[in-house]
Amino acid sequence: MAQHKINYTQDGGLPVALTTIDKVANWGRSNSLWAMTYGLACCGIEMMAAGASRYDFDRFGTIFRASPRQSDVMIVAGTLTKKHSEFIKRLYDQMTEPRWVISMGSCANTGGMFNTYATVQGVDRIIPVDLYLPGCAPRPETLQYGVMLLQKKIRANKAGRAQKSKRLM
Amino acid sequence: MRTYKPKDDVQKKAYYTDRFYVAPQVPKSDVESDEVFAKDLEAIKAKFEVLDAYIQVEQMVVWIKPEDNYGVIELMRDELEYTQLSELSAIDFIAQRDEFEIFYQMLSMNKRKRVRIKMSIKNGQAVNSVEKLFRSADWSEREMYDMFGIVANGHPFMKRILMPYDWQGHPLLKSYPLQGDEFAAWYEVDKIFGKEARDIVGPELRDTSRVDRYDSTRFARLGHEVPFGAEVKGDEPVTEQSYQEEGGVFLVKKLDKASSVVVDDPQR
Repeated sequence: MAQHKINYTQDGGLPVALTTIDKVANWGRSNSLWAMTYGLACCGIEMMAAGASRYDFDRFGTIFRASPRQSDVMIVAGTLTKKHSEFIKRLYDQMTEPRWVISMGSCANTGGMFNTYATVQGVDRIIPVDLYLPGCAPRPETLQYGVMLLQKKIRANKAGRAQKSKRLM
Repeated sequence: MRTYKPKDDVQKKAYYTDRFYVAPQVPKSDVESDEVFAKDLEAIKAKFEVLDAYIQVEQMVVWIKPEDNYGVIELMRDELEYTQLSELSAIDFIAQRDEFEIFYQMLSMNKRKRVRIKMSIKNGQAVNSVEKLFRSADWSEREMYDMFGIVANGHPFMKRILMPYDWQGHPLLKSYPLQGDEFAAWYEVDKIFGKEARDIVGPELRDTSRVDRYDSTRFARLGHEVPFGAEVKGDEPVTEQSYQEEGGVFLVKKLDKASSVVVDDPQR
């Protein structure tokens, strides 16, 4: 008779956990959201502040990558000019699935105060956007909150299913 | 009797315009009042024809003929010690007299003086490039071409600098609408998706005073988010933000605010 009987069904038993593939995949995806370094204007400064030590994006597993091929989320931080619009499409197409887009600040949402000939009136005319952050510029707390919302959105999805694009030609 | 103008849309006008407005003029003084400028002007007059010269805000303004611009600026640089060309551009006077005014803003560090060389050219006329004299004129003349369509003859790379190479129109002309013409409005759609995608993407929303109560379906409302396209009722519950919802996943426990302790004392 074993003196220390192991209760397999309780905590502290064998290191076995039962969960679903969806949950594991979503946990991995949502907690390692690598963002693309994409500061276009003054929102980029707030994005950098959110990544630096005071606000510290690394806590969320969000690490900025300098290549679209290594990143999961594109944070469009700033004014998108018409001259640059073809490059944002190209960079978005280079990102691997699954990919997400956060439109950060008024300029990326709607063109903002730049109601002129040279500014794209909302980045969702070019690429599908998952999350719109209001503000001019949004504070780092807003961006962190947005990333947490995006994590929530990712966890709510079925991981195995392909993402449905809102607008893609 | 003055002509009647309907006033029913007067509230929609963005700005009040005074029909009798006369733009204030900066007072001009004689070049002779400054001996450095007087000597410079004599040197220019000895070789080139000067149409007009005066001092405004402690700067000498010299009007020359457009074909003399290279010679005058060479003279200013080599003999009169104006060793910097700090700015160069054009001003649109097409509506008034079908002309552009071109100015070259020059600085002498030795004399501590600034001189503005000005000239008028007809609409469609080209100017001589001064890029050989000042490297700073390289980008300035490209910008002048980009914004006004004024070609600088002899420039090594006469292309647009700010707008894309395939852009149509010159945006700083007074006839160019601020919010762009049709080409500008559909530029990115035409270029990326093609003209047939115009119907799918839709026109730009340019009206800044437009209020749409369904805007909140498109934009995040902090704390009361709604999914894209969902109907907004106005009584959305507050989004509870926590690290892991529904108990989290294995190995990572959900943070329970009620049972956690906030450490206030940094010494603890």
